[in-house]
Amino acid sequence: MEWEVVIGLEIHAQLRTKSKIFSGASTAYGAEPNTQACAVDLGLPGVLPVLNREVVRMATKFGLAIGAEVAQKSVFARKNYFYPDLPKGYQISQFELPIVKAGTLTISLEDGSSKEIGVTRAHLEEDAGKSLHEDFHGMTGIDLNRAGTPLLEIVSEPDMRSAKEAVAYMRKIHALVQYLDICDGNMQEGSFRCDANVSVRPKGQQEYGTRTEIKNINSFRFVERAINFEVQRQIDLIEDGGEVVQETRLYDPDRNETRSMRSKEEANDYRYFPDPDLLPVMIEPEFIDAVRKEMPELPDAKKARFQSEHGLSDYDAENLTATRDTADYFEAVLAELAGEAKLIANWMNGELAARLNRDGIDIQDAPVGAVAFAGLLLRIKDNTISGKIAKEVFDAMWVGEGSADAIIDSRGLKQITDTGAIEAIIDEVIANNPSQVEQYRGGKAQLLGYFVGQVMKASKGKANPAQVNQILRDKLSG
Amino acid sequence: MSLDAEQVAKIAWLARIEIDSDAIPEYARNLSSILDFVEQMDAVDTSGIEPMAHPQDVPQRLRDDVVTESNQRETFLKIAPATENGLFLVPRVIE
Amino acid sequence: MTAMHRMTLAELVGGLSAGDFSSSELTRHFLDRIAAHDAQLNSFITVTEEAAMAAARKADEARAAGNAGPLAGIPLAQKDIFNTKGVRTSCGSRMLDNYIAPYDARVIEGFNDAGAVMLGKTNMDEFAMGSSNETSWYGAVKNPWDTERVPGGSSGGSAAAVAARLAPAATGTDTGGSIRQPAALCGITGLKPTYGRVSRWGMIAFASSLDQAGPMAPSAEDCALLLQAMAGFDERDSTCMNEPVDDYSAGLTQPIDGLKIGLPKEYFTEGLDSAVEARVREALKHYESLGAELVEITLPNSHLSAPAYYVVAPAECSSNLSRFDGVRFGHRCDNPKDLEDMYCRSRGEGFGDEVKRRILVGAYALSAGYYDAYYLKAQQIRRLISNDFAEAFKQVDVIMGPTTPTPAFRLGEKADDPISMYLSDIYTIAVNLAGLPGMSVPVGTVDDLPVGLHIVGNYWSEARLLNIAHRLQMDTDWHKQIPEAFA
Repeated sequence: MEWEVVIGLEIHAQLRTKSKIFSGASTAYGAEPNTQACAVDLGLPGVLPVLNREVVRMATKFGLAIGAEVAQKSVFARKNYFYPDLPKGYQISQFELPIVKAGTLTISLEDGSSKEIGVTRAHLEEDAGKSLHEDFHGMTGIDLNRAGTPLLEIVSEPDMRSAKEAVAYMRKIHALVQYLDICDGNMQEGSFRCDANVSVRPKGQQEYGTRTEIKNINSFRFVERAINFEVQRQIDLIEDGGEVVQETRLYDPDRNETRSMRSKEEANDYRYFPDPDLLPVMIEPEFIDAVRKEMPELPDAKKARFQSEHGLSDYDAENLTATRDTADYFEAVLAELAGEAKLIANWMNGELAARLNRDGIDIQDAPVGAVAFAGLLLRIKDNTISGKIAKEVFDAMWVGEGSADAIIDSRGLKQITDTGAIEAIIDEVIANNPSQVEQYRGGKAQLLGYFVGQVMKASKGKANPAQVNQILRDKLSG
Repeated sequence: MSLDAEQVAKIAWLARIEIDSDAIPEYARNLSSILDFVEQMDAVDTSGIEPMAHPQDVPQRLRDDVVTESNQRETFLKIAPATENGLFLVPRVIE
Repeated sequence: MTAMHRMTLAELVGGLSAGDFSSSELTRHFLDRIAAHDAQLNSFITVTEEAAMAAARKADEARAAGNAGPLAGIPLAQKDIFNTKGVRTSCGSRMLDNYIAPYDARVIEGFNDAGAVMLGKTNMDEFAMGSSNETSWYGAVKNPWDTERVPGGSSGGSAAAVAARLAPAATGTDTGGSIRQPAALCGITGLKPTYGRVSRWGMIAFASSLDQAGPMAPSAEDCALLLQAMAGFDERDSTCMNEPVDDYSAGLTQPIDGLKIGLPKEYFTEGLDSAVEARVREALKHYESLGAELVEITLPNSHLSAPAYYVVAPAECSSNLSRFDGVRFGHRCDNPKDLEDMYCRSRGEGFGDEVKRRILVGAYALSAGYYDAYYLKAQQIRRLISNDFAEAFKQVDVIMGPTTPTPAFRLGEKADDPISMYLSDIYTIAVNLAGLPGMSVPVGTVDDLPVGLHIVGNYWSEARLLNIAHRLQMDTDWHKQIPEAFA
């Protein structure tokens, strides 16, 4: 049987505010346990929440970016359940009336096509604390620093049909929230994480199969693997005559498997109701207009502009706008090297991307910054070095040996462009290879490559290849 | 609405309140009489009536995004039942 | 000189500023009275003697230095629902028997700023859930007029302490009548302000959309002085409104001729004790003699207020009380065998029966499949009740009636019957559902038990209510009566 996979994602993006959603405690990451949990975050008796204006602004930005309606009235509700890292015994979230209504997002697929994914809603809520399971005499430790950190939960329609599509969607949201400067996107620190709802159905069937929810996946790679594992598990189960049970599952990256979360509460009853400590959030059209005015250029617009203004290909523009940091890097290099968009694109999507990928680092952490990188490309452009030598120089820059010019200088890599010097080398090569010269002149034109190779070797790669070609042709034909 | 012992036990679990099994019948009786009492509401047609969650019909006030709190960990941990290394301790949580 | 405990708050403020006595003397006097009499009443959970004397000395120094606050040196009792930094704040519950509050409630800050002295924390129904003060983990409070009777609840400790003059005045909180009903049963004056008038910051929540703190004192004039320190905007409470605060003492003596008093016909029907009705009618007659006009009005949905209240309040409380889980503060059971055991036993041991009942009712009313039938329905009824008042206030300035259907009942009389207990708040809870201000004023006795007149005003009309109550108290002395045993 042929199966169709149906995936919806719930993405949790921590909003990069200074203070928490309902209290004045800091949201900075990495503090000593419980030093950033104030009375409100701890849910002490008698404390009350007051909403942070910045989270409303950030949610509005996101809503505008996906073409959604920003709700004129939204309401915070309490989601009631007991868990030690949930201090009040309820999470303040939004239920019936979220701040952002339906919108859409277009993702690019590997085959070059694109697909529209529906965003059902996005709502504001508070994050929980953390349970630390290291052994404290058989007890669990609770750190509430993260409790009350603002989250935007972005819920998609079940529009994705493969793990790859899910990853493309997640990457797109990841890029978007960083473009909007509302989330730092740091997945190691848990600032951006997702739950995946996965089901399968026989191809052609209308109704959805029973879904499972894979909780708290915090990397793109794990999302793909977890979904693929879960899809195969469900198919195997059904094909063996079993049934998928609606449940929450956890992905274990070490074993690359998902497993059912042990839970006594089969049927969670969250008893949502409007939080009586908070009033309805009303957003005036003037507020939305003001936010609209401060919207940055979004990825799709930027990509289109890169193509039209700089003549880049769809592929190049797509890659260069994949993250805001990449686009910013490109534009910073371009500012130094006007008119060389194609050269920059080739080098960023090739050599730079390869090194980042090899070292597993993000572009904003690259050891070679945009200005230094422009310095390297400038030396290719002005024929100081060849592309091949440039790779060697780039490697040296990568490990901190200095600027492109300094490395070219100290290693004596400056390209030989002096016609006289190149002619001298060529004369020597011709003199040393009389039989090849004869064959060439006898019509074996493909031998030109041999001579180029010999000249480059003799010049230790420094001779300008274009000049070498030209002069060789002239001399050999003469 | 009359609640039986099983329903009472279920709600008590939802609310994480231990109730002695001997006491459950009395809870069931009391809760049932309270539910009967509040069900007088059923006599009124409320279709189309906007629910009232708050006495004041005003929007939520927003605060500026400013850090106003400083570390008070020692003060707060002092009143906790069990702590270690700056953490609140609870019986082991198994995921 | 009159004994200090027989003076009104206004007289005490005058005495302190005239130098007739010091705050240290005044505070000592009340601490001695508590020591001598409270064993009979059980009105205090905690007496903060040392801190009180220290605060009194500080107030005396401030006065000598010429920078005394408006309530400088005035001893007060605080309901044990307000967080008081460094002092146990139990909320009448075993759950918080070991809870030393790490911060002050806004109400406490207000009194500290005004220079008041805290005598201690008063007894109350557990988590303010009760109408007789019998649900307290610290034992029932006795009514000073008859110690075999209840003082009312949930602010029963405050009412009894003030009635017996163990404190010149006290604070209360009112979710369904918890200031007004005990004020009526103990023969003192109590005011529940408009919802949003007094910040709820630091006041342990029972039902967030109904709770409101207010003053409890012998007279309306005293209540005005206290409310001045309590009322006002507080940015820490999203439901606290930024409305101008009146000078509550300024207009107390204004004439009230032309005042239109609405009498809801639904409040003068069966269930109302005829002797109580007689006292209320006498007070109304007096208002007529002062130039007020009595107008019969209708609040057609008032019979639904108790049913709606007993859904809304338990629903909110079931969620508000989830934070008492034995993790960060409060009671934790011994040797929990696992996490769930810790939750269930800590909460099972920490909460008393009435609190458990309300949490269970609330959890049920919010649970899947029942939300619409109970919670949503109750919120709709709430709207109808609020609309009734809005209609009424188009015709009249204030609404009057009895605060309670009967005088104080006997201890234990209703303890086993939640519904009959709930009905003792029958006249007061609609006011909380609508968020209006309401007062109870003593207007006589029935068999030596006090009776209260309930005065309800439109939003933000506290100054007007105090004025109306004060006009009655200018001509009557019910508010000056002290039970013989405590005279």
